Amino acid sequence: MRESVEKKVLSENDRLAGELRQRYRDQNILCVNLISSPGSGKTALLEKTLASFKTGRPVAVLTGDLQTDNDARRLAKFGFPVRQIVTGGTCHLDARMVDRHLSEMGFQGPGLLLVENVGNLVCPSSYDLGEAAKIVLLSVTEGEDKPLKYPGIFHRASLMILTKTDLLPHVDFNPELAFENARKIHPDMEYIALSSRSGEGFDQWLNWLDALQQKVQQPAAATNS
Amino acid sequence: MHEIGIASSILECVAAEKRRHPGARVQSVGVRIGALSNVDKDALDFAFEALTRDTDLESLKLEVEWRPWRQKCLSCSEEYDVQNMDVTCPKCASNSSTCIGGTELDIAYLELEEQPCANP
Repeated sequence: MRESVEKKVLSENDRLAGELRQRYRDQNILCVNLISSPGSGKTALLEKTLASFKTGRPVAVLTGDLQTDNDARRLAKFGFPVRQIVTGGTCHLDARMVDRHLSEMGFQGPGLLLVENVGNLVCPSSYDLGEAAKIVLLSVTEGEDKPLKYPGIFHRASLMILTKTDLLPHVDFNPELAFENARKIHPDMEYIALSSRSGEGFDQWLNWLDALQQKVQQPAAATNS
Repeated sequence: MHEIGIASSILECVAAEKRRHPGARVQSVGVRIGALSNVDKDALDFAFEALTRDTDLESLKLEVEWRPWRQKCLSCSEEYDVQNMDVTCPKCASNSSTCIGGTELDIAYLELEEQPCANP
């Protein structure tokens, strides 16, 4: 006897992510989920981003790793609330981890929640964290064909950030080719090239973030007034 | 390598369904997995076997239907399987399309065998 089930395998995560999404909406929080291979520069991007923010801006950071609180310590220097999620071997963040750490941290909106996922281009793409946007980072020391090798994340990400562009003179990396490959997977994807070290292209990233925060928060603000 | 998590979610669902059908033996579970779901067949089989070994679900079979990545063209409405990681429409070459398949990670069905009742 065949019994129809028709249920998502990750339905429990999806349910929790739905609750998070509702919480973000209610509290006017913009949540973005940064995903990349290990070593593509997620933490460096966040350091430079936090350094550019005015003191007192409502911002919180959750950073995931298999072990150590090294990233949280690096990011805590900027005076914004930061919390390390040590997954203990799990290769991605899931909605339950984010929910628990966000509650323990006591971050209330309106504001910006930056989530740095575990360094991995595969598994994080399957786990919805209720974010408004997934952002995929690719550094110029990797291959231009990474979008083709890992289509799942490039398909789901709203923005691709090419990092470490200050190293371009020293490596055989063709940014146009990398972007062309990404557009084969996801023609509408936005694209920013930057260096967290030199600051080149950084304004574009900060403007992108501000524009998305305005867009996410505007409808709620209009309803509240 | 999140196949362990995927396999364990599938088995949790099987266990929940099993409780709804006391006395029935679950022969197999059918899942649909899309090409964009980042699931590796061998790793999933391995995880599934490892998690069911020496349990009451040891004889449970995992039946996977692999689904291709499909897009629908927003210009000419053509529906097509994506080839060579390029979403360009094969009919009109438009770059404007929407995803209509390939992200599936669903439990579709259970195959149950009703056990004859010992004490009617």
